[in-house]
Amino acid sequence: MNPSSVLLECKALACERDGRVLFEQLDLVINSGDVVQIEGPNGCGKTTLLRALTTLLPDYEGEITWRGESVRRNRREYLSNLLFIGHLPGVKNTLTPRENLSFLTQLQQDVSLAEIDAALAKVGLYGYEDMPGHQLSAGQLRRIALARLYLSRAQVWVLDEPYTAIDKQGVANLEALFLEHATQGGCVIMTTHQSPSIQQLKKVTLQEYSPAYRAKHRDKQCALVEKEGS
Amino acid sequence: MSTLKTNLDQHIDPSNKIPEISLMQGFWAVLKRDVITAFRQRSDMINPVVFFLMVVTMMPLGISPESKSLSFLAPGLLWVIALLATLLSLDSLFRSDYEDGSLEQVILSPQSLYFMVIAKVLSHWLTTGLPLTFVAPLLGVLLALPAEGYLPLLASLLLGTVTLSLVGAIGAALTVSLRKGGLLLSLIIMPLYVPVLIFGASCVRMAVEGFPIGGLLAILGAFCAVAIVLAPLAIAGALRMSVEA
Repeated sequence: MNPSSVLLECKALACERDGRVLFEQLDLVINSGDVVQIEGPNGCGKTTLLRALTTLLPDYEGEITWRGESVRRNRREYLSNLLFIGHLPGVKNTLTPRENLSFLTQLQQDVSLAEIDAALAKVGLYGYEDMPGHQLSAGQLRRIALARLYLSRAQVWVLDEPYTAIDKQGVANLEALFLEHATQGGCVIMTTHQSPSIQQLKKVTLQEYSPAYRAKHRDKQCALVEKEGS
Repeated sequence: MSTLKTNLDQHIDPSNKIPEISLMQGFWAVLKRDVITAFRQRSDMINPVVFFLMVVTMMPLGISPESKSLSFLAPGLLWVIALLATLLSLDSLFRSDYEDGSLEQVILSPQSLYFMVIAKVLSHWLTTGLPLTFVAPLLGVLLALPAEGYLPLLASLLLGTVTLSLVGAIGAALTVSLRKGGLLLSLIIMPLYVPVLIFGASCVRMAVEGFPIGGLLAILGAFCAVAIVLAPLAIAGALRMSVEA
């Protein structure tokens, strides 16, 4: 595979929520091998952007393409190459980690029990495989969802706050995993308020695409132009 | 020619291929998970049956213990209470999946949402409609249902509760994103339940009065068949809409 091939592309993307435009004219190119952090203050539309990228939110303007084809038209193929972990982990506390992980993985691909147990061991849940979810801590429940990353064959990982409730060692493991995924030709798009220690991290500051910021910026430029003119 | 070649290349590229998984894998995964969850939360599962039992036990006390008047009312009462018991259980059908985020994961699965929705409704029916159907003849005894009525009651509820689960799931899917959707759910679903109730209850009454019931059962079967084919489409659409919000 060509190492720098374009996987995802957003063209002039705009989203609104309850009648308020969150961001507009967002152009974003995500190549294979990219780790992208979407940053910005609370409420600037990070989650909305991620949900638009996963096709959960079809109500956007502009276009999102997967390998050059619109995700609206190519939804099924795109979804089979996508792994999304939202801030709700999708984990049931009536089920054991093994049952939860095997369900979530089977939605995407075939998986064997040995693979499930290996993935759970990698996120530090060895010995907890058969413990009901309501006896686990919040961090452990999130780790069940994150164990999907070790099993996934998807190229695009969209992660909303993956570091929430995860300890330092866990964060380091995740970052190593992101890098490995990137070198294998995948891409990671995430939001977080921590600063990941990944060197090739691409940052997208979503605030810069909000209408208020853009208007301010335009005014400044106009003022500059006028100054130069006089 | 060159465009043709690039198209071919893209086609061969293994990373671009949809992974081969069987059509029913999502169906079985959802069904297994939901049935396990239901059995772990037995109190939720028993709720509709207990409701059914309680109301039927109260009836002779409230109306009259005389078996003549009870047996006249029995077919309709049993059907109305079974219907309300189903309605009671509907609100939680998609609620927990919506709240823990697994509904998003189901919708984002590359597999057919249609079959996964059928699996969800099937597990709902297995844990509410089916127990209600099997308890109903026992409760018929409490209401002095004449002997000819038991088999038709069983048959009509068996067909009818499938329809009730499927149609009710449409309402549940539409209202899952509302915090207090209970009343709205009942308002949406009640009119759609009316035909099932009419044909289901009259099926039992006709049997008690000695008329043939083949036609009525056939109509209930037709409702059921149409609901199996069409309701999952509506449910899938409603779920997609609810997750957007």
